[in-house]
Amino acid sequence: MINLAADNLISSDARPRLPRGVRLTHNEAQGGWVLLAPERIFKADAIAAEILKRCTGEATLAAIVDDLVAAFRAPRERIHADVTKILSGLAEKKLLEL
Amino acid sequence: MAQSEELSKPLGLLAELTHRCPLGCPYCSNPLALESRDHELDATTWARVFTQAAGLGVLHVHLSGGEPGARRDLVDIAASAREAGLYTNLITSGVGITTRTMRDLWEAGLDHVQVSIQDADAVSADHIAGYRGAFQRKHALAAEAVRLGLPLTVNLVVHRANIGRIGDMVDLALKLKASRIEIAHVQYYGWALKNRAALMPSAEQVKRAVAAVEELRVRHHGKIVIDAVVPDYHARFPKPCVGGWGRRSLNVTPSGRVLPCHAAETIPGLEFWNVRDRSLADIWRSSPAFNAFRGTDFLPEPCASCERREIDFGGCRCQAFLLTGNARATDPVCHLSPDHARVAELAAVQEDKAYDYRRM
Repeated sequence: MINLAADNLISSDARPRLPRGVRLTHNEAQGGWVLLAPERIFKADAIAAEILKRCTGEATLAAIVDDLVAAFRAPRERIHADVTKILSGLAEKKLLEL
Repeated sequence: MAQSEELSKPLGLLAELTHRCPLGCPYCSNPLALESRDHELDATTWARVFTQAAGLGVLHVHLSGGEPGARRDLVDIAASAREAGLYTNLITSGVGITTRTMRDLWEAGLDHVQVSIQDADAVSADHIAGYRGAFQRKHALAAEAVRLGLPLTVNLVVHRANIGRIGDMVDLALKLKASRIEIAHVQYYGWALKNRAALMPSAEQVKRAVAAVEELRVRHHGKIVIDAVVPDYHARFPKPCVGGWGRRSLNVTPSGRVLPCHAAETIPGLEFWNVRDRSLADIWRSSPAFNAFRGTDFLPEPCASCERREIDFGGCRCQAFLLTGNARATDPVCHLSPDHARVAELAAVQEDKAYDYRRM
């Protein structure tokens, strides 16, 4: 059976990065991390913010997942699923380059 | 009333750095009484405003004018906005910003550029702008922004002289490699109100334009984001002006007065406070102008019992005042307003006369 789930669509070699014009920023008054794009604002929860902070264009998807596994001591599969779900959603909205 | 509710946090700040502008667009949204250079805030004051804005919750700052490029300290101002943590958007006519300045702005951390286009045809575009050569210069600026990797939005203001060429203007935006396009029908305030009869399209033109935008959205899906602002006078429901008075955004004039929207000074009797005298937080919370129309309690019928009152807040206060003489009235653009017929009467007035160009 072919699995077309989004979490298989990002290669582990991909080096995700926020394009110019999309920026993660912390604003105390707004209660935390937000992802900003032209005329658009997305609240980033704690998990999304930890992922996005690592999307520098240097680290590969695999390295980002490893890093998060080490930092949060959670099962790799779960982290991998969370990361790919968030990143593919953002890539679809053109808020992330893969 | 607003005081009893939790005060909302602003998300956007429109920074009118100057009213000076080389162009003379007859639909300019600036007030008729333009502020002169000697009254402009200096860069240090703007930096303080940006820091206070970020502290208040503002995320996006739009550096606008006038033409922001008319300020020699534009790069310093942009850098301070970026240092305050704000997403920094430059709204420019494209005239007055050299490729060198564009590069400096990029280095200062500018996040996004929005350039206006008057028409797809150079002669018509320069005629509308009242400035020969403006069309070419916009191309150069857009090209430099794209070369630097900055995301570009093209803004088209639509009116009788160009309403038939929306498709061509979208093609032009694609050619300029814009990632987003704003198609905004003229809103009749300030200079646009003065030129209303010369700018007003016919109902038939508006109908065709709205259909054209829908078709263009489908055709260019995935290539460019098309945002459209509806033509007010031909709508059935009013726009939710600035997302609700004193609710989402604020506007700082070149001399530092803080307004709930750029046209708010149209309404007589409002008291505006200035960033030279008070903090932005104090102004947001307590200035009489911001509290004048906060919430929906001030709204009369048919708004008071309308299920849309939390969607559109009774429409635009400035428009209510301009068309009915009462800033608390239902925006007459709404088909439920007792004054709605007046809007159709005004929309029917179309005159082919020379523009009254915006000038200091």
